[in-house]
Amino acid sequence: MGPRTLFDKIWDDHVVETLPDGTSILYIDRHLVHEVTSPQAFEGLRLAGRKLRHPEKTVAVVDHNVPTSDRTQPIEEADSRNQIETLERNVKEFGVPYFPLLSANQGIVHVVGPEQGISLPGMTIVCGDSHTSTHGALGALAFGIGTSEVEHVMATQTILQRPAKNMRVTVDGTLGAGVSAKDIMLAIIGHIGTAGGTGHVIEFAGSAIRGLDMAGRMTLCNMAIEAGARAGMVAPDETTFEYVRGRPFAPKGEEFDKAVAYWKTLASDEGAHFDKEVTLRAEDISPSLTWGTSPETVLPITATVPNPADEADEAKRTQMQRMLDYMGLEAGQKIAGTPVDVVFIGSCTNSRIEDLRAAAQIAAGRKVAEGVRAMIVPGSGNVKRQAEEEGLDQIFLDAGFEWREAGCSMCLGMNPDRLTPGQRCASTSNRNFEGRQGPGGRTHLLSPAMAAAAAVTGCLTDVRELA
Amino acid sequence: MEKFTTLSAIAAALPEANIDTDKIIPARFLKTTQRTGLGKNAFDAMRYLPDGKENPDFVLNKEPWRKAEILITYDNLGCGSSREHAPWALLDFGIRCVIAPSFADIFFNNCFKNGILPIRLPREICDQLMADASMGSNARLTVDLPRQVIVRPDGQEVPFEIDPFRKHLLLEGLDDIGQTLQHETNIEGYENRENREKPWMPSIHID
Repeated sequence: MGPRTLFDKIWDDHVVETLPDGTSILYIDRHLVHEVTSPQAFEGLRLAGRKLRHPEKTVAVVDHNVPTSDRTQPIEEADSRNQIETLERNVKEFGVPYFPLLSANQGIVHVVGPEQGISLPGMTIVCGDSHTSTHGALGALAFGIGTSEVEHVMATQTILQRPAKNMRVTVDGTLGAGVSAKDIMLAIIGHIGTAGGTGHVIEFAGSAIRGLDMAGRMTLCNMAIEAGARAGMVAPDETTFEYVRGRPFAPKGEEFDKAVAYWKTLASDEGAHFDKEVTLRAEDISPSLTWGTSPETVLPITATVPNPADEADEAKRTQMQRMLDYMGLEAGQKIAGTPVDVVFIGSCTNSRIEDLRAAAQIAAGRKVAEGVRAMIVPGSGNVKRQAEEEGLDQIFLDAGFEWREAGCSMCLGMNPDRLTPGQRCASTSNRNFEGRQGPGGRTHLLSPAMAAAAAVTGCLTDVRELA
Repeated sequence: MEKFTTLSAIAAALPEANIDTDKIIPARFLKTTQRTGLGKNAFDAMRYLPDGKENPDFVLNKEPWRKAEILITYDNLGCGSSREHAPWALLDFGIRCVIAPSFADIFFNNCFKNGILPIRLPREICDQLMADASMGSNARLTVDLPRQVIVRPDGQEVPFEIDPFRKHLLLEGLDDIGQTLQHETNIEGYENRENREKPWMPSIHID
């Protein structure tokens, strides 16, 4: 066998059988389930008289619909309540391990998995959610699937797949002041586009990536899907092993050492073939944000909004103009200084303790600007508790931020946390599509520090001016 | 799943790139526990005006495209979320075939699982098919899956590629769980090996 990539190794290690036409039956080590994309899958099993092949390789949480306000009150929205209750009935009937709404461990599925040691290096991990790519930060092969595939994994613990192509994105060098993992990923998506990774698994490599903590690596891999990739991955290293050690479900003692010995074999071999290579210099990346309604519309905070007249392709020109109109921006205007109505710090992209610390650093001793609603939504009950132990909640509350319960919240507005038409939001989430955060809402994607800077100044702001 | 063999139908052109799954079906409609009933909210933001009335300028609100069963778009159709509600909404509206220069991976997969045929064709050909589509009911397209061709209104045939396994499943209307379970002995063999080689792999039990 020749030199192989991280992806090749995990893939090869999980192929049960390759069918004559080249499709493989791929074994799934971990299946994460939430309330939105599972009801029809459970119903399918029920109708066919099937069971879960391995409930003990499966974990369910509620995150998309849950209110982030007082949890002792009943859930007001009937259809949200129904979806949550349906999941609760299903996990009981099918024997699926489950963190209920009132569990201290409840949270966004992509925060809970790594935090609990449920997601580990070298695993194949799936979930009916595109941001499953997040878990690739551990050096796992993790990807989102549709509900039919959820049912397939429940019944067979496998999935039918063809191998992806290999792509490597290398970021070498030293990050400048105010530049975070989010800025790196926005820069990558801005560079390769939202279809740049289609059909590929992206391995993130280079000294700037190695230097990131696990939360930063999760932010990167989380948004691999926004670059169109099937998954994002970072080779497991000492940072990874130290992160995993001692997590509730992670192997312990001798078992942990055995696991580490295996995980150490997974890094891409010298000379392994990548179908696509992209290289960025860390020094070239500025604090960034999006201006339009596609995650590839990335600008450094110091830049001006692009002019559709400069675009040669007619379809693209029309689309750019439509984005400007939707976003309420003028071609050529400076993006910095644009007033915001709402600031959302949360989502599976940026709701970990490290993200909250970065935001708190900017918020400390300052006040949320008048007329701005600023929300902090921790990624899990555990993140929330840790932040409270560190006194971050008090920093945010003193500054005038809302300190809320864990969930997906305003990333996609399935719960009551929604933008109203025309509202402009500085958001640490992952998608700025039209209406994503609420019908007519305008989203600028940016880092937690940049979001906090927008909250305290009341407009899109270069965080370096507040450092 | 309904079989897909030959479809002769009205096609609608939506000449946009990066039509994301939030556009196909916004998140607030994902609270259903059914696969059906999403058609009325397919393309909700484009199809309805803020007051809830139909947007008369949107192609799927015009005759004869209200009855379109084929949809043609530009690049990267179905990007974004993995929600299978996107193909469910299309199917519930009546769409059985989507044609674009490129698709997002998960959406592409999800289409097959629901008896929708996604076809990749170069942008120039999509442009030609969009021109056909603009002629309305006088210009039906015929998608012939067994022969892997689209027959244009003038009789010209456009060949397309499809993975043989997926073609088989579509033609027969097969659900692939049953197919995979035929390989159960191999799945068991894999599990025995994994238990031996990765004894540290944790099982999850939550009290």
